[in-house]
Amino acid sequence: MDKNIYLKPFWTSNPVTVLVLGICSALAVTVKLEAACVMAISVTLVTGFSSLLVSLLRNTIPNRIRIIVQLIVAALFVILVEQVLKAYVYEVSKQLSVFVGLIITNCIIMGRIEAFALGNKPFPSFVDGIANGAGYGVILVVIAFFRELLGSGSIFGFKIIPDAAYQAGYMNNGLLILPPMALILVGCIVWIQRSINKDLQEK
Amino acid sequence: MKGLINLVNNLRPSFEKGGKFGFLHSTFDAFDSFLFVPKTTTCCGAHVRDCMDLKRVMTVVIVALAPAMLFGMWNVGEQHSLAFGLDMTFWGKFWYGFLRVLPLIIVSYVVGLSIEFASAQIRGHEVNEGFLVSGMIIPMIMPVDVPLWILAVAVAFAVIFGKEIFGGTGMNIWNPALLARAFVFFSYPTKISGDTVWVKGVAKAANGELVDGFSGATALSQAGSGIAPDAIHDVAGGSLDTMRMIIGDMAGSIGETSVIAIALGAIILIYTGIASWKIMVSGVVGALAIGALANIGAEPGTFAAFPPYYHLIMGGFAFGIVFMATDPVTSAQTECGKWIYGFLVGAMAVIIRLWNPGYPEGMMLSILLMNTFAPLIDHFVVSRNIKRRMKRTVVK
Repeated sequence: MDKNIYLKPFWTSNPVTVLVLGICSALAVTVKLEAACVMAISVTLVTGFSSLLVSLLRNTIPNRIRIIVQLIVAALFVILVEQVLKAYVYEVSKQLSVFVGLIITNCIIMGRIEAFALGNKPFPSFVDGIANGAGYGVILVVIAFFRELLGSGSIFGFKIIPDAAYQAGYMNNGLLILPPMALILVGCIVWIQRSINKDLQEK
Repeated sequence: MKGLINLVNNLRPSFEKGGKFGFLHSTFDAFDSFLFVPKTTTCCGAHVRDCMDLKRVMTVVIVALAPAMLFGMWNVGEQHSLAFGLDMTFWGKFWYGFLRVLPLIIVSYVVGLSIEFASAQIRGHEVNEGFLVSGMIIPMIMPVDVPLWILAVAVAFAVIFGKEIFGGTGMNIWNPALLARAFVFFSYPTKISGDTVWVKGVAKAANGELVDGFSGATALSQAGSGIAPDAIHDVAGGSLDTMRMIIGDMAGSIGETSVIAIALGAIILIYTGIASWKIMVSGVVGALAIGALANIGAEPGTFAAFPPYYHLIMGGFAFGIVFMATDPVTSAQTECGKWIYGFLVGAMAVIIRLWNPGYPEGMMLSILLMNTFAPLIDHFVVSRNIKRRMKRTVVK
């Protein structure tokens, strides 16, 4: 198997920083690291398994109704994930609220199904789905790390910044709790990535 | 002077490309042209030769800012002495304020200029004078009690994300100074709003140290909380009439309080042609228009029932419309667009003040919003002009 399938989504064709997909949820669920991790895992599983299933069905799906079939496949896994989250991590699923259901509208899933799973064998499709979900997840976790650290002074809910710092006048940054700062953080990641890899710079 | 020229000339070769300190070329160039008129002369083609280069423009704006800044320093001392019931002389108040404001100015300049120098160095550009004005305006639109580290973070944010990523001076969409204030406003709201930040020393004052009847609320936040215009009081509980508001003897951000000092600056800016009088006039008209509209059917005792001219003398309206809305980079560029832009700045500011329960001041958000729309306004003005002139011509 071509190793580009599982390497590229992490760098040269990262879904968030290069393809600019899935931005909405990257802004919405990255206030706390825990929620971001759960979201990252959920999206990874949904992209992986819906790519796999669509790839298995690819020769039987009539071309004219393929979008409907893809949506139904993705919706199946989204509902599964939603039910599992509600059963086992109820608190987090309440935090994520509507955004778990909205994974179905995450462009990465439909994008990978359309662009890859429809024309490739099941195993590469599965790997491609997982890698793209994980590439999205990595960005989510990085953003959530900075937002929770600087915005709430904690990591996974544990206080990291000592009380002494607060007494000395340090304050949590309220802007990092708000979505606009997440967008600026995405921008910073894009900035850093493109200054390391000059090929990605648009001319 | 001769020695200095010789020194600069002797040092130049080592800062040129390929020299020992070649990588510091931009920095050397900045100091060189700060000290002496640059040697480069224009050649070939037509050029507009004008003594008003960027450096002159920035210097004139600094001069225009000076009255408001000096008044602000005195006012810091004045409000402090009122709040603590101290008996201070005129110069005592000024000196007190000077010592409190100076660190803010230094932090603002040091942080902002080091980022400017660094980014010019990295890009190999000349260092621009653009930050001279922003660096002076930023302390003037902050409460005197703002912690220095917060100021430093805000300046860094504004210069990097407001200016450098767009390409530096002249390329920014939003006014960098206002961006610094917006950053503090949304990041550390307790340090730039409320009743304790506007007067130096109040937040840390011990029990009983402040005068009886002390209230740190600004005139604007009192108005927003719903009282009659004549019930507005100063920090010591005395009455605050319109005359004192116009002079600027009230709590507020450092440079924003005095309408008279700001008007002096406005005269300098308009006389030298740096700021557009159209924006100022239409901004005032816009604020008065919305203020008057709000008066219709307003219940007495609410902010909406205030006489419209109160909007001009309370809060940051005067400072914003004179020094920030007229920023030549971020305002509308077409002459007709300036009227529209200014009117909307004034109108939006009063709309936010009157109908937004969240925060009493609307000037900052109003200017930032209209900065965003300025290119759109220009676009429609230009395309309307093209349409009108197309009608006059006969196209075969």
